[in-house]
Amino acid sequence: MAKTHVTMKVNGAEVEGLVEPRTLLVHFIRENLQMTGTHIGCETTHCGACTVDIDGMSVKSCTMFAVQADGSDIITIEGIANADGTLSALQEGFRMMHGLQCGFCTPGMIVRAHRLLKENPSPSEAEIRMGISGNICRCTGYQNIVKAIQYASAKINGVEFQEAAE
Amino acid sequence: MIPGSFSYHRPASVADAVKLLSDLGEEARPLAGGHSLVPMMKLRLATPAHLVDLHGIAALKGISRNGNNLIIGAMTTQHELLASDEVAKAMPILHEAALLIADPQVRYRGTIGGNVANGDPGNDMPALMMTLEATYRLEGPGGTRDVAAADFYQGAYFTALEPGEILTSVSVPVPAAGHGYAYEKLKRKVGDYATAAAAVVLTMSGGKVVTCAIGLTNVHETPLLAIDAAKAVIGTSLDAATLKKAAAAASAIMAPAADARGPVEYRKHVGGIMVTRALQRAAAIAK
Repeated sequence: MAKTHVTMKVNGAEVEGLVEPRTLLVHFIRENLQMTGTHIGCETTHCGACTVDIDGMSVKSCTMFAVQADGSDIITIEGIANADGTLSALQEGFRMMHGLQCGFCTPGMIVRAHRLLKENPSPSEAEIRMGISGNICRCTGYQNIVKAIQYASAKINGVEFQEAAE
Repeated sequence: MIPGSFSYHRPASVADAVKLLSDLGEEARPLAGGHSLVPMMKLRLATPAHLVDLHGIAALKGISRNGNNLIIGAMTTQHELLASDEVAKAMPILHEAALLIADPQVRYRGTIGGNVANGDPGNDMPALMMTLEATYRLEGPGGTRDVAAADFYQGAYFTALEPGEILTSVSVPVPAAGHGYAYEKLKRKVGDYATAAAAVVLTMSGGKVVTCAIGLTNVHETPLLAIDAAKAVIGTSLDAATLKKAAAAASAIMAPAADARGPVEYRKHVGGIMVTRALQRAAAIAK
């Protein structure tokens, strides 16, 4: 099958590649671009581990073809840290609140939460839980992931994080 | 989990898409949000030789008002439906149902056109569109035609779409001011299809039901209108006996498949409960 030339912006850098139409975006990111922070979990659109941000939307990159991302602007977990290399509010939140155990779902969780907080910088707990309902974590029971996002929300809004009573 | 090979086409107009689909024949499939088709392709349960991606056609996007109808472009995503003030105000049941579809990531990509045109009995929008008396615009090599949602579904994945035709927009009449509505969906988890779901749109006056439509999701090989159940509640105040009668009338036309969501009897039973709950909640909202 003839290959197609694609160009896109990934974490601010212009990238290009030759892909078969059937190449999934997640495979292009991991194998062509060698950026393996984006994980493949279920590969069936359920788990959200492969979530990337495309033109302001959280997308499961296992359910989109790389040719469809031609010309788009993508953020992956590798592009989440602050420009000076320090941890972003979300990354810091996951660290401080122990928002991960095995860490496999974490890239997808953080990239999804990034868009959630862009759209709604002060989400309620219910809105956070609905907002990450397309991301599955099999370790934490979600409690600390929710706290991590609350921590990041507080930091972004310049207020002190108050952990809710258990 | 890698799909079979295919050629990728990205037309810029409906006319070009129709021409491609007509010329390429049965080996070609239109690609909307892709969240039904791409998973099927990864499982090799679908192996189209050509994909005609509709994302390049600007005319298929957007929500507009035409008289008493909302016209929703086929490539409008569930996320865009949820973000629309017009939808939330004029047709809140559409907002409510869109929020119950899949998960946030899927809603950024999944489209109303793909949801209604695929003919999947598990999809939520078809029964809702029947309940709202929506009409689908189909464009094909033979021209343009409008088909009522109620006449569109012929069997699981079989619809009124002819070869070469695509569904380009959905026209939904805005329900009367003060109408009551509810979409009740039982699902095992976020992202699941309904075990059973019911859509209700009704109007009330003096505590009695004046008009009522009831749609059913995933309890038959096609979405259903529960016509007898809706008739049974007209003129009543939705007392316990009437609700029971309506639920029984709705259950009587259900023929769900036994699957991981439960045996036939359970899914019919749950379907009746969804109808009861939707009627009660709709009546409580109606003014």
